[in-house]
Amino acid sequence: MVRILLITAALLVMVLFLVLPLLTVFIQALSAGFGAYVAAIADPNVTAAIGLTLLIAAIAVPANLLFGIVASWCIARFRFPGRSVLLTLIDLPFSISPVVAGLLEVLLFGLNGLLGPFLAVHGVQIIFAIPGMVIATIFVTFPFVAREVIPLAQEQGNDEEEAAVTLGASGLQIFWRVSLPKIRWGLFYGVLLCNARAMGEFGAVSVVSGKVFGATDTLPLAVESLYESYEIQAAFAAASLLALLALATLVLKAALEWWHRGEIAASRPRTSARPQKAA
Amino acid sequence: MTADIAVSHVSRSFGTHKVLDDVSLTVAPGELLALLGPSGSGKTTLLRLIAGLDQPDSGRITIGDIDASSRKPKERGVGFVFQHYALFRHMSVFENIAFPLRVRKAGKAEIRARVEELLRLIQLEALAERYPSQLSGGQRQRVALARALASQPRVLLLDEPFGALDAVVRRDLRRWLHHLHREMNITTIFVTHDQEEAFELADRVVIMQQGRISQQGTPMDIYRQPANIFVHEFLGESNRIACHVVDRKVLAEAGYFLGHTQGGDGAATAFVRPHQIAVRPSASGPWRIAQIASSGTHARLTLAWQEARLESGMTADALLAAGFAVGTQVDVAFTSGAVFRDGGAPSALQNKPGETSGSALDAGRTRLSVL
Repeated sequence: MVRILLITAALLVMVLFLVLPLLTVFIQALSAGFGAYVAAIADPNVTAAIGLTLLIAAIAVPANLLFGIVASWCIARFRFPGRSVLLTLIDLPFSISPVVAGLLEVLLFGLNGLLGPFLAVHGVQIIFAIPGMVIATIFVTFPFVAREVIPLAQEQGNDEEEAAVTLGASGLQIFWRVSLPKIRWGLFYGVLLCNARAMGEFGAVSVVSGKVFGATDTLPLAVESLYESYEIQAAFAAASLLALLALATLVLKAALEWWHRGEIAASRPRTSARPQKAA
Repeated sequence: MTADIAVSHVSRSFGTHKVLDDVSLTVAPGELLALLGPSGSGKTTLLRLIAGLDQPDSGRITIGDIDASSRKPKERGVGFVFQHYALFRHMSVFENIAFPLRVRKAGKAEIRARVEELLRLIQLEALAERYPSQLSGGQRQRVALARALASQPRVLLLDEPFGALDAVVRRDLRRWLHHLHREMNITTIFVTHDQEEAFELADRVVIMQQGRISQQGTPMDIYRQPANIFVHEFLGESNRIACHVVDRKVLAEAGYFLGHTQGGDGAATAFVRPHQIAVRPSASGPWRIAQIASSGTHARLTLAWQEARLESGMTADALLAAGFAVGTQVDVAFTSGAVFRDGGAPSALQNKPGETSGSALDAGRTRLSVL
């Protein structure tokens, strides 16, 4: 009885907070018909926002992927001074409000900021331009890959790399054939999460973008601009793209997990010496 | 005959802890050598130094004709099997074994042929496409061995090869490895803390203690003539008897007579293994059976004489045949043993046939009068 009650409550909460809002987005987006939906998305300002969102993600995600690999490699393999400081710093973006992160960037790179005058002399504009938005996105999505990969690398240890050394592999071969493949599922989840956040980030990017509609607007910023100018249907049409992105991410993750389920099971740390049935 | 592996004056410290202290060792081609010692004796560190996974602080290691101290692991011609196998978890059995060939950029056909040959050798042809997590411990161990052999190394190094396996698999795999070694005749060093394993498998055993080599020799030599008390105790259970040597007679502190030995008079410690004590029923025997513990095929007798206690072992059949029970009066004879004086090499404990500790209680009295 208690069980049924709890399950019902959980389902209700899920419907109320997840399914209904999602449905609302699509109902609103299509409220003026499919033609109006397509027209809203084809608007040059919206397509520009889509382009910018993709560009920022295309820079921020690989940057954080690279960082995540290097950080996990160092932390799992070496004991060095500052190791625990690094581990703590990786979490910093999670504990700072994205708006504060954006403001910090303005204070650093803005015209009146620490490096602003120097950059202005050399004609480099970061704040209220695309570089600032990229930096803000990288900062906010910084922990996603690293947080997935570091615990995995620590758990798996260094044994396989040592084995590879005795089997005659060079450093580069060890990295490509052993170290990278054994963390690839952690990397993959990290990249998916990182990408979703990079495309959806609002706070930090909003502070540094200057919100020039059609020029420094990403998709989330465009949704807000449209909504504030009472173009409700267009705002929801843009928002539906973000909702679709979220759904696609989920589906992709589930599909790949299913497709490679045998290999994922194999890449988990071995906890028992019992023989298992083949997948 | 030149040595296949020569370790000379190698030392290695971790921080202030000296793990290896001036160790020298040679291994002949085709030899199967066991590094035996308790945990922390430095045996695994020595193996890792030979493999090139670690560098010595001082000393030299040569493998074949080349000075390996400065060579990278891949140039040493060494195959290494890790205690926990260290198989590549994201690769199938086939790919694990193919790895050393792939990194050497061998041809596809050559790789397939070699891997299939090795799969036959380890009798796992049917499991080539499995992942390591789908194998049993013994199967993983064999895959690790095949992988280490794939690039045809000059020497094979095994770190506690059977340490993580249960008793039955352990015994089977031990026999299989022995067989394999005889067939391939590859120079092999394996590390173990199990003296039974070392003695059964190895041509020669090196016993390590606190970063130094305590003794090396054939299993029989070491068993017959342990160099010191540490080695003797490490090789199995013993009665440790505080004693005095007086005029080549060995007399226990407790007052009974043990036997004869060579060397001068003085305080000593005698070691007598349970099976080196012969027990005979005798109504007038001074010893009494205080306790019998049976473990199926073998039985252990606790013998008592005044305050003194001895542990003796015999087969369960012999126990039944002799009709021993708790309380039986018996004669005790020490058939052999070792007498140590001040940490040096032992002298053998001997007895004339028919001579028992009971019959020589008079000798014990002699000792009391001497003191």
